[in-house]
Amino acid sequence: MPAIAVSTTINDDTVEFLCQPDETLLDVLRNRLGLMGAKEGCGTGDCGACSAIVDGRVVCSCLVLGAEAEGRTIETIEGMANGNELHPLQRKFIEHAALQCGICTPGFLMAAKALLEVNPDPTETEIRFWLAGNLCRCTGYDKIVRAVQDAAAEMRGETA
Amino acid sequence: MSFDATFQNKRFNSVGTRPLRPDGIDKVTGRARYGADFNMPGQLVARVLRSPHAHARIKGIDTSKAEAVKGVKAIVTAADMPDLTDGDEALFAILDNCMAREKAMYDGHAVAAVAAIDESSAKAALKLIKVDYEVLPHVVDVDAAMMADAPVLNDTIFTQGVEPAPSKPSNVANRSEFGHGDVDAGFAKADIIVERSYKTEQAHQGYIEPHACVASCNADGTADLWVCTQGHFVYRQNCADLLGLEASKLRVTSSEIGGGFGGKTHVWAEPVALALSRKAGRPVKLIMSREEVFRASGPTSATSIDVKIGATKDGKITAAEATLRYTSGPYPDMWAELGAMTAFAPYDLENVKTVGFEVVVNRPKVAAYRAPSAPMAAFAAESAVDELAKEIGMDPVDFRIANVAKEGTRSSYGPVYGPIGIGPTLDAAKAHPHMSAPLGPNQGRGMACGFWFNFGGQTCTDLNISADGTVTIAVGTVDVGGSRASLSLIVAEELGIEYSDVKAVIADTSTLGYNDMTDGSRGTFSTSMATISAARNAIEVMRQRAAIMWDIPLEHIYWEDGHAKAAGSKHGNRAPLSVKDIAAEAGNTGGPIAGHSELVADGAGVSFATHICDIEVDSETGSSRVVRYTVIQDAGKAVHPAYVEGQYQGGAAQGIGWALNEEYIYGDDGRLQNPGFLDYRIPVCSDLPMIDTQILEIPNPNHPYGVRGVGETSIVPPLAAIANAVSNAVGLRMSHIPLSPPRILAALNAAKT
Repeated sequence: MPAIAVSTTINDDTVEFLCQPDETLLDVLRNRLGLMGAKEGCGTGDCGACSAIVDGRVVCSCLVLGAEAEGRTIETIEGMANGNELHPLQRKFIEHAALQCGICTPGFLMAAKALLEVNPDPTETEIRFWLAGNLCRCTGYDKIVRAVQDAAAEMRGETA
Repeated sequence: MSFDATFQNKRFNSVGTRPLRPDGIDKVTGRARYGADFNMPGQLVARVLRSPHAHARIKGIDTSKAEAVKGVKAIVTAADMPDLTDGDEALFAILDNCMAREKAMYDGHAVAAVAAIDESSAKAALKLIKVDYEVLPHVVDVDAAMMADAPVLNDTIFTQGVEPAPSKPSNVANRSEFGHGDVDAGFAKADIIVERSYKTEQAHQGYIEPHACVASCNADGTADLWVCTQGHFVYRQNCADLLGLEASKLRVTSSEIGGGFGGKTHVWAEPVALALSRKAGRPVKLIMSREEVFRASGPTSATSIDVKIGATKDGKITAAEATLRYTSGPYPDMWAELGAMTAFAPYDLENVKTVGFEVVVNRPKVAAYRAPSAPMAAFAAESAVDELAKEIGMDPVDFRIANVAKEGTRSSYGPVYGPIGIGPTLDAAKAHPHMSAPLGPNQGRGMACGFWFNFGGQTCTDLNISADGTVTIAVGTVDVGGSRASLSLIVAEELGIEYSDVKAVIADTSTLGYNDMTDGSRGTFSTSMATISAARNAIEVMRQRAAIMWDIPLEHIYWEDGHAKAAGSKHGNRAPLSVKDIAAEAGNTGGPIAGHSELVADGAGVSFATHICDIEVDSETGSSRVVRYTVIQDAGKAVHPAYVEGQYQGGAAQGIGWALNEEYIYGDDGRLQNPGFLDYRIPVCSDLPMIDTQILEIPNPNHPYGVRGVGETSIVPPLAAIANAVSNAVGLRMSHIPLSPPRILAALNAAKT
């Protein structure tokens, strides 16, 4: 099949690539653009390890076609820190031991970032339901929820 | 100098603190590289063709049309992986499981594999491989497989461990027995006897990262394998044995691992990837899909267990007996044996007998899953214990305390216990506020105990001190949950330096001696032992260097608080030399400073836990929700308490999923019907409450810091704790795990009629 030329914005950079019509955004990110922070845990939109933010909305990049990236604004885990300055969520995940193996962590961070952009002061229940599309098998979620709560508080200016 | 591993009570400076993990930044920025994140120049993409049949003879495989597909570079079948196992049955089982030979033994069993320039070419080729199957009768249920008329999977299996030896083959691979005393006499003394049957369904470890590797075989017999694994040295040995490679010429590098829980202790696709690479003459990348992971990696056993326990009216157990039947997939293993050993481990029993039956079925080859076999045995035993306590009219915690094992108790599986933590965890449970908190409507509380042996094994550490006094350690146990942090703490403690001055890396198989894999909760226990030993060897070298620097006799120099110090009136006024001081002069005093250790870590202290949980059941739908959960477990010594808590919470969450939802569902055709995370539902964030933890520290006498393994025991009590809680909530004994909504609803409806 002839490849499709796509022009898009990823992590504030203009990016152009060619992809096949049946290629997912996840495959494009990982295999064509070298952005391997998004992981494929299932390929069916059930685990959230491939979460990215497209036009402000968190999506499973395995369920988006690469061609659909045309003209969009995409955020991936590689763009979350500002250079060497970690995003508060990234810092709090480390501080709270909210990761063990870490394979789900990029997806959780993307999803949590999208949450705090629409709801800066979520309840524990709101955090748990927002993150219900991201599977973690190591932590039991306890420390992840606490890390998000703490990061949200810091971003609201409530803690040092 | 021989290494003394006995526990020495001391005040810790670094151990027990909670510093940031060293791999944290890589993991929150997406830089950490997992199995699928490595690439080699010119690599091909591999895909595996799998049997759609639960049991079928392979009469022929025609790959000619597939070979003609443009872009296809190699196709392998069993013919490309000749049997080099030389009578080693366990190794042959691995070979046969990696690529089916005469028969496909389960839905998903690999029968051929393709390497091509891209995924679409590989997939096109898979569709063109013609396999001529003769479909055979199959059996997937453990009890059905033991029936006299069951289809026999393997006519070379004659039940081992029975006298006289059977004359006919069967699906019962072996019988194991443990215990002591006289259970018949014990039951005769009992006032009350509870006798029940239980079932548990097959669960998967559910690691989020599918198996993935890149294999590269060269024409000169050397090869490289990059792979996500819990044990790269074991993978090297297995792959070398199966493919006829020299172990030392196969270099295996473990990637970051995206979860394993025992499921990445076996080779599956790696020998196939190497065989494809060897045939194609190019590197090959093989990533299993999630569906393949469910169908064709190594879930845990399904079980059927009978338990009989008797006690006197005043609450003393007089005898306990269990018969445990475990599926092992198509190949025999030791899963039932482990279940039989662990079932009654928490108790001090005068008369106990457990019998295990290992049963082969047409399901994937079982692999370890976190304290393998123990959760099901504990589910059955702890359910019966709970019911017995209720019949006697005793509080379930008090009943357990009245029968608890302690130091000096002869365990139900043989050895006499040293200092153990089961009693303290029960005392802590009794005192815990959770135990006395009021319950809401439709809620029930349950508790249960769990045990795991913990392993030690072959372990190495290389410790190198740089000229600036900072330290690198290279270890051979894969870091599955934060061991680089805990081992860095150990180095900091032993050398008296800062945690931030230590970097721990996982060495590949060509740069360190052999290490057993990270299993049996041995990672921190064993590797900290090797690391302490290596650090002490480095300290000895530093003393020698200080002697040179000061030009005084070695025996006048001692090591204290991270410094070489001079003893006695003649030299004692010298300013102590720090690690940095000594390292800076290394080039002038004999060269680089290092400490090495290669040892077999013995004496892994056994581990016990007690869990408490509250469950709310919706009687209209049968759905249930965990509303509160508490884990109390002995860690020996918690090196990095945050990651010890993480192990407790993670194991509990896995156990909750297993107890309430997770199961392999097979159709009548023997095909797995739910090979995906949508239909095999592991707990999500909104399913769970916070999981409270309490760490107890009863030192392991066989480790210098008292460390015990902590990774596995946390999955042992939840099945029973939840079943007890649900049973208390609905007023009915629940005996079939998972307690999914349909199963609870069916029990409620049956009770109404």
